Amino acid sequence: MADMKEVQSIEFGVLSPKIILKMATVRIARAELYDPDGYPIDGGVMDPRMGVIDPGLRCRTCGGSVGDCGGHFGYLELARPIVHVLYSKFVYRLLKVICRKCGKLLTDNREKTSLKDLIKTANKKCTACGEEQGEIKFEKPYSFWEDKSPLNAMAIRERFEKTPDEDLELIRVRIRPEWLIITIMPVPPVTVRPSITLETGERSEDDLTHKLVDIVRINQRLKENIDIGAPDFIIEDLWELLQYHVSTFFDNELTGVPHARHRSGRGLKTLVQRLKTKEGRFRSNLAGKRVNFCARTVISPDNNIDIDEVGVPEIIAKELTLPIRVTDFNIAMIKEVVKNGPNVWPGANYATRADGRKKKITEESKNEISEEITNGWIVERHLQNGDTVLFNRQPSLHRMSIMAHRVRVMPYRTFRLNLCVSPPYNADFDGDEMNLHVPQTEEAQAEAMLLMEVQNQIRSPRFGGPIIAPKNDHISGLFVLTKKDSVFTKEEAAQVLAYAGIDTKLPDKEKLTGKEIFSLLLPENLNMEFHSTWYKTSKNDDDSIVVIKNGKLLKGVIDKSAIGAEEGAIIDKIEKMSSPSQVSDFINKVSRLGSAMLDVRGFTVGISDNDLSEEARKLVTRAIKKAEEEVAELIDQFNKGKLEGLPDRSLNASLEVYIMQKLAKAVNECGEIVSSHIPENDTIYMARTGARGSLVNVTQTAACIGQETVLGQRVHRGYLNRTLPHFKKGDLSPISHGFVGTSFKAGLSPFEFFWDSLNGREGLMDKSLRTRHSGYMERRLVNALQDLKVKYDMTVRDLTNSVVQFLPGEDCIDPAKSNWGKFDVETFVNMEAAKDD
Amino acid sequence: MKEEMKIATHIIVPKHEILTPDEIKNLLDAYKISINQLPRITDDDVVISEIGANVGDVIKITRSSHTAGMTIYYRLVVREQS
Repeated sequence: MADMKEVQSIEFGVLSPKIILKMATVRIARAELYDPDGYPIDGGVMDPRMGVIDPGLRCRTCGGSVGDCGGHFGYLELARPIVHVLYSKFVYRLLKVICRKCGKLLTDNREKTSLKDLIKTANKKCTACGEEQGEIKFEKPYSFWEDKSPLNAMAIRERFEKTPDEDLELIRVRIRPEWLIITIMPVPPVTVRPSITLETGERSEDDLTHKLVDIVRINQRLKENIDIGAPDFIIEDLWELLQYHVSTFFDNELTGVPHARHRSGRGLKTLVQRLKTKEGRFRSNLAGKRVNFCARTVISPDNNIDIDEVGVPEIIAKELTLPIRVTDFNIAMIKEVVKNGPNVWPGANYATRADGRKKKITEESKNEISEEITNGWIVERHLQNGDTVLFNRQPSLHRMSIMAHRVRVMPYRTFRLNLCVSPPYNADFDGDEMNLHVPQTEEAQAEAMLLMEVQNQIRSPRFGGPIIAPKNDHISGLFVLTKKDSVFTKEEAAQVLAYAGIDTKLPDKEKLTGKEIFSLLLPENLNMEFHSTWYKTSKNDDDSIVVIKNGKLLKGVIDKSAIGAEEGAIIDKIEKMSSPSQVSDFINKVSRLGSAMLDVRGFTVGISDNDLSEEARKLVTRAIKKAEEEVAELIDQFNKGKLEGLPDRSLNASLEVYIMQKLAKAVNECGEIVSSHIPENDTIYMARTGARGSLVNVTQTAACIGQETVLGQRVHRGYLNRTLPHFKKGDLSPISHGFVGTSFKAGLSPFEFFWDSLNGREGLMDKSLRTRHSGYMERRLVNALQDLKVKYDMTVRDLTNSVVQFLPGEDCIDPAKSNWGKFDVETFVNMEAAKDD
Repeated sequence: MKEEMKIATHIIVPKHEILTPDEIKNLLDAYKISINQLPRITDDDVVISEIGANVGDVIKITRSSHTAGMTIYYRLVVREQS
């Protein structure tokens, strides 16, 4: 191996013409690329001495073939100097502080300062030669003026050449400023701008090559014109054109000049465009990493697998492999697996012999290889049940977006996951796809298991409560199970429990209540009391307060407050008092019990659930009519000038507020009518237990949709003084400003439908804008905080080991182990006491 | 005449105190850090000039916190770079 040296420092600077000449192998002077036979021309932009791009050929400079030769620079002598666009601002700043005549710094003070400070204090008159200084103007991207006459690159270069090194040192400039004015241009090797041969045999050149051809062509023309002594204005024009081409070679998105384009009108991708943005070299090629041993497909829910499992299609399991070292302990199993070959699951795809030779296992060779296997071989076997894999859904917004699951190989073509883990991934099953990764080493697997397993992620660090919990039908199921009137015979109870896959001993009773069945899943030392979600809509029902004593549900219904994600009190309590595996076991069982209950009882929703009785419908109509009359009265008063304004609001604005209040009151009344008049049915159960939907949804379906708003106000946009041409000008009535007095079920009038669409459109726009905003905010936060670390002395340090916080979060509490962000000693003592029991 | 406003006495400005050399030594020893690893505050900060702290002093800031109720923070006074 070559000598190893430690990198002491890196310095970034500007190439001097000397270095450019030194590193170049060829002088470029011809604008043609190929001769009529199709061979690259010597001295052309595709000169073969600048490297090889055709496989099979050897480099004419170094003799290497395609992989070994990284290419060689060429150089181009510019007929006139050109300002380097990317340094033009710096050139401007330098011009302001050096003398136009002698090139010395415009200062009396010989002390080191910064260029920034010197610009503010620069002398108007040079102290060295007494020359009066002109006013320098800079116009983006590369034009300079001095006292209103243009200052060209040649003149600038002359000035810079005169500046002594000592003067530059004073303003901490470590390069020669004349290097910023290009006279010798490096021509990048052909390997960085390879041409591609199309199927038709036509060659298509890289954008950089196109740009270089432009530069060489104009450069030649400029040179010829100078040689024949052409008039100044022609030379000036060509010089300007050359400046343009060289500038767009560096950056083709300069402001103030047109972008260089292809014949097709597409902008050329030049140097700066290759590097920047998400698709650029840094973010796409250097920071972006791609992996093997991963899979992606559509996801679907499966209640019958555990929350820490993932269903993997057999087709995928046969493709993804895990290297296993053959030992005494597994040789029998491995031989069996190899015998199955690559096409039968569980088989194997490759085998590496002890001497490092890798063999592909095929139908033909499988038996032979199986016989041959000894200790020390490494066999790449198919993914099998129980293997640890990482499962991910984008966007990965928090740490629970990638969790470790156990494999369960299944038929068909989708990944299966338990519904309870959909909240942390924010997944639904309307076509969502997810990614799966297979950690290849034992270390990686162990790390994934310890840190990322689903069981360890139940409490979210976002709010300190459970994020993995039963939802939707599970909640409905448990509610109907634990409702007051639900009683089962012993046989029925056994049926439900067996259906849910729960194996426990039943109490010796003829009849069991739903509460007793549910209690079978609770730990014996569980004691708690809390308000259910049901309580919110029925405060007088004594079954709405949940009481659990010694693991027995004595009172109350189980709903979202008990077991739902983000609030579930029982999940929270069990998570605190027992081990992660016990919690996941509880979630598995309880969610299955919920679905089993629904399977046995049946659970149906229909449009008739939203039927209102004749009486209720009358009440609703009356409420809306009354509100409309009141609004008409308000408008009348307003027109007569009798309306009293609100403080800080104009009369018009006050009227708007009054109208909105009146209408909102009417809609609220409708809500109350609905909740008191619709008999209990499954739709209402879902809304009131928090399983799905809300009473607002029911009200809008059954009674009245209410005021549609745009930007938080009634609809005002549209035509002059009216929203639609169907209304009279100045009409202030509810219907002409977005009030929808009918229900979804009764149907909307064309106006009402239009108002609803307005509102819907606004919602859609809001959503897309919000996600864009928060995505960018997150990117900036992550970049700012990525290398902060909590050290063992409980200080948060950055990468220079400086203190950022003296206590993490100022309270030193890990939110993922907290009680909704808080932590108190009492809870801790109770937790420990419960564990000791 | 204009009445001088004392920012430091305002209700939303947390308490700033200058540490004595001994206290600084204890602080640095406790965290095993050099003085330059402390968070910084510039000398043109209004409160810093009001309490008469100089470049090189360490300021103890006692402020209310959303998470912890009350929290203590230390900052090194540095010169503002213009």
